Amino acid sequence: MNYTFDFSSIGSYLPVLFNGILVTIELIAVGATFGVALGIFCAWARALGPIWLKPIVAGYVELIRNTPFLIQLFFIFFGLPSIGIQLTEMQGAMLTMVINLGAYSCEIVRAGIQATTKGQFEAGWSLGMTRFETFRYVVLIPSLQRIWPALSSQIVLVMLGSAVVSQIAAEDLSFAANFIQSRNFRAFEIYFLATAIYLALAITLRQLLRGLGWWLFPRKATR
Amino acid sequence: MNRRMLISALALAAFAAAPLTASADALDDVMKSKVLKVAVPQDFPPFGSVSADMSPKGYDVDMANLIGKAMGVKVELVPVTSANRIPYLQTKKVELLISSLGKNPDREKVIDFSNVYAPFFNGVFGPKDLAVAKVEDLAGKTIGVTRGAVEDLKLTEIAPKDTTIKRYEDNNGTISAFLSGQVQLVATGNVVAAAILARNPPKKPEIKFLIANSACYVGMNKDEPKLMAKVNEIIAAARKDGSLNAIAQKWLAQDLPADI
Repeated sequence: MNYTFDFSSIGSYLPVLFNGILVTIELIAVGATFGVALGIFCAWARALGPIWLKPIVAGYVELIRNTPFLIQLFFIFFGLPSIGIQLTEMQGAMLTMVINLGAYSCEIVRAGIQATTKGQFEAGWSLGMTRFETFRYVVLIPSLQRIWPALSSQIVLVMLGSAVVSQIAAEDLSFAANFIQSRNFRAFEIYFLATAIYLALAITLRQLLRGLGWWLFPRKATR
Repeated sequence: MNRRMLISALALAAFAAAPLTASADALDDVMKSKVLKVAVPQDFPPFGSVSADMSPKGYDVDMANLIGKAMGVKVELVPVTSANRIPYLQTKKVELLISSLGKNPDREKVIDFSNVYAPFFNGVFGPKDLAVAKVEDLAGKTIGVTRGAVEDLKLTEIAPKDTTIKRYEDNNGTISAFLSGQVQLVATGNVVAAAILARNPPKKPEIKFLIANSACYVGMNKDEPKLMAKVNEIIAAARKDGSLNAIAQKWLAQDLPADI
């Protein structure tokens, strides 16, 4: 094996690569924010919501958790235009990530909610809190704290999984790597670089989420 | 530096400085083993696709067999995608890359290209009511291409600045994008467009203009002068005795242009 690395051939494509990094960050920022919000709502609906809502949410969660991300992406991007819903590749990618993370985080958050003892609900009510206030302050926050590491992992997983959105021509980091590879054929160098960038992004994201956890859940003994 | 970091650094250094062994001559290897391994596309009709009985077929496949026959060796076809074809060549899993390969200066730094073996009759296609007659008319339009294909390289070079080029992973993605209306136009081979038309879709791709001066080359590793000479010799002979033209007639339904 005599392979000489030549990273100089990537130089002229750096703007493409940089743009790809920004798009990946944008995707995960939107995907994680709305995905977790959707997940919390669904977790509430499945654990404590009205009886008619439970089967609907359960159906959504099972549908998403038992189908591949790529197929969901194709369904939204190539399928929905047939019934008149035309999304750009960025909208399609974001929507798919939100829907996907929503279903997974629903189950994670629900585990936290259902691990809350009945006494904790009653404690909230006995203090004169409404049902919503009890859910928000007494149930949800401690639940989130309990499942925060699992939720963080899921968000990182979705960020890494977002690599497939290049299939619908969304110009994320994977697209940039594939694009540069198709131009200069320097597969080894470019995927080496892309791997390093994904690694850095994942570690940074994990640390950010860790920091967010410390900020969200202060004054807790069991950190 | 703690011990773990030192070990990882050493491992990385060892990996980067992999042993340099003298590489044998590819043509000698082929003649000795009597097997020529050729990478061909599997998702790019008419150059390479999978037929109903799962065997590969197309212009590139016939070309591979032609070269194998002229060299008197058995041909082993290796289906590849546009993403993995170069690594296959570089890691010597194949000796030749016949996969409707276009060339550009960056690519020429990495691998060598033979003489032209095929023309590329590709064009820009779109619905009837969209007025596009030449490349300047693409201004402000959205067009889908297959990433890294000849038409992608060419359009990137010649299309107006405000044309949005969407690059899909493979040919099927490009076609789906056009049929679902995600792009207004699509650049692809005329035979691909004809195949779409044959299925009578609601959006009918019509030829708008041809992307001129595209050609395909056989790719091989650098520093293989004997293999290069052999392949060029076979291409020239096939051109002369009409067998290359027969392949063009079969898959592209036209004669080879005079400049090939």
